[in-house]
Amino acid sequence: MSQQQRKAVALISGGLDSMLAARVIKDQGIHVEGINFFTGFCVEGHTHAIRQKDRLKQKRNNALWVAEQVGIKLHIIDVIEEYKDIVLNPVHGYGQNLNPCLDCKIFMVNKAQAWAWMEENQFDFIITGEVIGQRPKSQRKETMPIIARESGAEERLLRPLCAKNLPPTLPEREGWVNRDDLFDFHGRNRKPQMALAEKLGFSEYAQPAGGCCFLTDKTYSSKLADLWQSRGERNYEFDDIMLLKVGRHIRPKPHYKLIISREEGENHYLSGYRKEFISLESISCKGPLALLDGVPRDGDIKQAASIVARYGQGRDLTEVLVEVRMKDGSVDELRVKPLSSDEILSSWYV
Amino acid sequence: MSEHHFELDARRMLCPMPVIKTQDRIKTLAPGDRLKVICSDPGALIDIPCWCRIHGHEVISSDTTDRIITITIQVG
Ligand code: SF4
Repeated sequence: MSQQQRKAVALISGGLDSMLAARVIKDQGIHVEGINFFTGFCVEGHTHAIRQKDRLKQKRNNALWVAEQVGIKLHIIDVIEEYKDIVLNPVHGYGQNLNPCLDCKIFMVNKAQAWAWMEENQFDFIITGEVIGQRPKSQRKETMPIIARESGAEERLLRPLCAKNLPPTLPEREGWVNRDDLFDFHGRNRKPQMALAEKLGFSEYAQPAGGCCFLTDKTYSSKLADLWQSRGERNYEFDDIMLLKVGRHIRPKPHYKLIISREEGENHYLSGYRKEFISLESISCKGPLALLDGVPRDGDIKQAASIVARYGQGRDLTEVLVEVRMKDGSVDELRVKPLSSDEILSSWYV
Repeated sequence: MSEHHFELDARRMLCPMPVIKTQDRIKTLAPGDRLKVICSDPGALIDIPCWCRIHGHEVISSDTTDRIITITIQVG
């Protein structure tokens, strides 16, 4: 009687580790399909798509690219809404910045599991590219069982790259995969992964162990913290977190901030938000488009216009004409003196 | 055989949203149907064809005019 072909769903981040994990299991005759979660914070594509200078660079989605290299299908799942709870209330806390890595891992394995066990999918187990000791917070020997347990995947969660450092999982015990052909990688040393990549014929891959999301970025995290503080509540909408990736963020007063574009691509992107924000743009000479986030009080719009003028070609003039467009489309023009660089306080930069 | 033509407007969405929308829409279509995806993120020019290749769909045409990208896919 021929043995039933087993099916595994692989969490694909787009980096080298998940690529190797998927390939190693596929090479053992398992039917593998990939799954990738879009949280809204993923580094993929956005900034490239927005910024003009990056538009010419290759903008591929690494998870898709990896899936094609490995020869598996990839399902990309939008988890933006559900992921909020992970960012806002991580049970296991944050990493160095606002990255809730351990909760994030548990969440993703749990979502992968929910997808995998679905009637129409019927997968047998889940694989990830995790390596013990690779990340200080989320990839430690102690966190491996926590992820398995709290995600609900339990012993149907297999980490092919470090399996030999962990107790045998169900797929190993049942003989669906051969444990002897799995690995015992550990620590931050990337050489074993690179050697395996070479052996498997992967000559190109996304930068090893790079942060896969903006939450690990210090500047991004401080912008997010500023957003929560200014609104008096920890919450966000999808557009908020997208806008944190764009432009210069300057907060001259606690109740408003400016998002000032740095180049043409960002100008174009921000112009799509003119119905949701008050926008300012210098018109007597070339200058950036800026969005005003918050509710301006007396004198704020004038101050905002002087700041915006500072970032245009009229920065050294005594007067610049700035167009102020309200959300309803009504337009006003203000003559302002651009602020000098000293007048833009360093504490305003978010 | 009757094939149907459908359209998906993914303008102003940034990758991977146009891919996700394409994927979810194609799930509801039948083999042979055609889906025209309209988007503005140039990343879609790489990602949508890549997604089609790994899932066995065919890109029939792809065109960019004034920053607007139109990709027509035949469901496999
Ligand atoms: S870096 Fe971001 S996506 Fe990766 S595990 Fe941490 S929180 Fe999740």
